[in-house]
Parts: sequence; structure tokens; C-alpha cells
Amino acid sequence: MNRRKLRDFLGTKLMLVVTVAVSLLFFSIFFLLLFKSLLIFEQHSLTEILFSSSWNPGFNQFGLYPIIVGTILVTGIALIIAVPISILSAVYIAEYAPKKVRKVIRPFIDVLAGVPSVVYGLCALLFLVPFVKDVVAPWFGIETTGYCILTASITLAIMVFPIIISLCVESFHAIPLSLREASLSVGATKWETVKKVIFRASAPSVISAVFLGFGRAFGETIAVNMVVGGITRTPSTLFSPGQTLASLIVSAYSDMMSSPLYESALMMVALILFIVVLLFNIFGIFVLRRANKRWNV
Amino acid sequence: MNKRTLEENIFKILMMISISLVVGSLIIIVALVIINGAPALSLDLLTQTSSGEFYLGAGGGGILNAIVGSLLLALPATGLACLIGIAIALYLQKDFIHSWLAGFIRFSLDILWGIPSIIYGVFCFLIMIYLGMSASVMFGIIALTLLEIPIITRYMDESIKLVPIGLKEGAYSLGSTKFETAVKVVPRQALPGILAGILLGLGRGIGDAASILFTAGFTNRIPSSIYDSTAALPTMIFQLSTSSLPVVRQKASATALVLLIIVFTISILSRTLSKRYMKHVIK
Repeated sequence: MNRRKLRDFLGTKLMLVVTVAVSLLFFSIFFLLLFKSLLIFEQHSLTEILFSSSWNPGFNQFGLYPIIVGTILVTGIALIIAVPISILSAVYIAEYAPKKVRKVIRPFIDVLAGVPSVVYGLCALLFLVPFVKDVVAPWFGIETTGYCILTASITLAIMVFPIIISLCVESFHAIPLSLREASLSVGATKWETVKKVIFRASAPSVISAVFLGFGRAFGETIAVNMVVGGITRTPSTLFSPGQTLASLIVSAYSDMMSSPLYESALMMVALILFIVVLLFNIFGIFVLRRANKRWNV
Repeated sequence: MNKRTLEENIFKILMMISISLVVGSLIIIVALVIINGAPALSLDLLTQTSSGEFYLGAGGGGILNAIVGSLLLALPATGLACLIGIAIALYLQKDFIHSWLAGFIRFSLDILWGIPSIIYGVFCFLIMIYLGMSASVMFGIIALTLLEIPIITRYMDESIKLVPIGLKEGAYSLGSTKFETAVKVVPRQALPGILAGILLGLGRGIGDAASILFTAGFTNRIPSSIYDSTAALPTMIFQLSTSSLPVVRQKASATALVLLIIVFTISILSRTLSKRYMKHVIK
């Protein structure tokens, strides 16, 4: 009897320790990154780092402005492409598709979510880069290598599809059938029901899906690094090469050990990435939880 | 009335276009990898380690080191993450912890899930530098473990949440302790979800490049100890694809094909396994 009690005590405490350790992981990442980036803040002010446009670590210049602009452009355009397509697809899957079609499409989306990001990058390299170079850019009368903001955005948009679609489909399914029936019974068409009832009822979940998609796109590293061009200059058009925060870390890590200041600058980039993704995720998850409570999921 | 049906039809068409774009992009990805990769896929590629010329296109060598490296990184990482995950997921039950505290921990796990993998890579890299060590299998495993913990834990947790209270009460009434109930009764009921979570974590871990790029390093040899650096399939694809030579890019596609086959096998396995173990579940 005593041995069982002892085992119960030890087992429970072990589980507690593991749980606490993992909960602390989050803070340890934050403080380690913060601690490492203190060095750069000692020598440069935050405004200088955020708004100076010269990134030249060799000459002690660490202006992140071009990279921040690049990141916002790449992520923003990716979402502009991904959000309408994903929401319309989700509406189709949840409301319009016959059961048979739905059964085929759902696994497709799960598989798309499981494709490793480096494979997305490779496919973008093989297909999108020449496509943008030879088809899209001449259309606008612009010359480009194909390694540009637009290519990275399209790649990211495809990577974000499964996240937004599956979250939206889930939230559409959670809406009680009676709401739809009420709208249909007063003579609304199916699309009118979707537009005025489904969208309104699921608005918070759709917004949080977009936020979570943003978090994914903002932090995506490898695929973007392979196609964005990797040049730290403020991009002038969508067809010019650029750089994003996450991709910069990969591009620069091999020479970052050359100076402590450079290392510190990159850790600050990681810190910015961490904080931004964190804020978007916290907001997204928070809204999603509130939304789920609404229909008692 | 006409305007309304017109709107309905326009949006129906837009929906069809959207869904075909989504499904089409997956088909294009798979087709691209197969078309470009299949010709370069050979027995030599799978059974030889890479050499210097391998990256310059001059035949010779294969990706055995990357395949072995990927397994050496992802399998132990999944094992570790699974041990840690099951401990947390079981502890999150109402039997052990206040539900508001459990809610808070779930919230932080959800947030950890969303953290970009590069951050885990950088975090482990900093620890590695602090300890004065160099890129190795060990730190690759640690980075992947951290990456997989939130995924595996939340998946297990969701299925453990669904274990009926009566089952636990039955165990308690027979005199079992909390720990015995948590370890012997609950996992058996939640097994399908637990397995699905583990395989999902494995799939994520084996395909991730950003977290192991700095922590596991890159080499042409098969690592002989956990202090050796190692190549892995994702990092191999990354390395090969930077080349401008079509021959080398073809090898990148062949490597991607191998990786895709592994990832898809894992995902099919997860579906069939969780179905099979459904039979032990008391409904």
C-alpha cells in the first residue's frame, strides 16, 4: 500500500515538474532573446534601428527599415491573396459541397497542411520563379529575376490556405442549423444566408483564423528565404527582391558569429519576430476561444 | 429576384475557382516534385552518402546521410516530446489541477504551437553557444523536441479530455490512486488520439528545416555519435536547391520526393492506426 502511495506521490510531482518546465519554456525564450539583444540597444536607439534604412553590419549600421517593409509587404500580400480564396473555399466545403466531394476535399487540405515548408520553397523555385519572371512581370512591362516579393507572397499564400480553411470550416460547422433554417425559410437564397447569417455568426472565428494565418506567414522562414531574393534594400515594386525578418536570420547566421554586435542584432530580429507572432497568436486564440463559447463548442 | 440568383451564381463560380486553386496548388506541388524528382531517383541515390561532387552535379553519391540523419533527429525527438507531452496532457485533467490553471497552460501551449520554428532553432543555438558546443545531433533533437511538444501535447490533451468521467470513477472506486488511473486507465481510452498526435508531431518534426539548420549543422557523413553534426532531408533539399545547376536541382526534387513519401506515409499511417485502435475504446 505504501509503495503505491509513494509511486502516486512521485508520479504526480514528476508530471507537475514537467508541466511547469514547459510553461516556463515560453518565458525562457523571451528573456534569453531579450538578454542577447540588450547589447545592440546599448549602442543604437530603438528608433534608429526601426527606421534607419541602412543595413550594413560590417560598418556597424543596423537599420531594419527595409527588412520590416519587406516583411509587411510579403505577409500582407500573401494574406490579401489567401484570405478571400480560403474563405470562399471554406464556404464551399461547409455549405455547398455534396457529402462525397467534402469527403474527398478534407483529406486534401490536411495533406496540404502537412507538406514541409522546404518542399513549398522548392516548388516555388521550380515553378513560380520562372512563372513570375516570364509571364507575370512582362505583363506589367517590368523586368525581374523572379526572386521577388510577389513570388514569396504567393508561396506564403498557398502555405496559409490550409490553416485558414480548416479553422473557417470548423467555425461554419459550429453554427446551429436552426439559424440557417430561419434564414432560408423567410426566402433568402443560400448565398444570402451565407452572407448575412453565417458570416455574421462566425465573424470572430474567421477573424481569428486570419490572425493565426498571419502568424504562420509572418514567421515562415525557409520557403521565403529560397525565393524572396535576400537583398536588404527597401523594395520599390512588388517585383524587386527584398528580405524578411525570419529569412534574414537564416541568410546571416553563418557570419553572425563574426561580431557580438551582429549576433545581438540578429537576436533582436528574432525577438521582434517572437513578439509580433506572439501578439497575433494571443489575439487570435483569445478571439477563437470567445467565439467557441458562443455556440458552446 | 433575378439579381439575387445572379449574385448566387457569381459567388458559386468564385467558390469553384477558389477551391480548384487550393486543390490545384497541391496537385501542382506533388506533380512538380514527381516530374522533376523521379528521373533522378535511383538506388544509388538512396544507398550512398553524399560527397563534394554531389553538390556540383557530377553524379556520384546519394542522400543516405540525410535520410539517416532525419530519422536520427526526428525519431528520438518525437519519443522525448511524446514522454513530456503525455505527462503534461495527463496532468491537465481536472483530477490533478484547477481547471483555470489548466486553461492557462493550454493557452500557452497553443501559443507555443504558433511560434515560428526558426525561433526554436535560434533558442537552441544560443544555448549551444553558451555551453561552448557545436552543431550536433543532440541539439537538433532538442530543437525538434521543443517544436513538437506543443503539437503532441495539445492533441493528446484534446483526446484525454473526452475520456468519460465514469471510467475514471470506476477506477477510483476500485481503490486505484490518481496516478494509477492516469497512467493505466486514461491512456488506453484515449489511445487513438494519442497516436494521431504522436504521428502528427513526427510529420512536423521530420519536415522542419528552420529549427535544425543551425543546431544540427550539415555534413556528408553519417553521424557516429550524438556530438556529431548531421544532414537531414529538409536541410539537404535547402542546400541542393540553392544551386543553379539543373542536375543538382533535380537531386533536390528527388530528395523532396523521398521526404514527401515519408510525410504522406506518416499521415496515412496515422489515419489507419487511429481507426484500428478505436476498437479498444469504450463508447
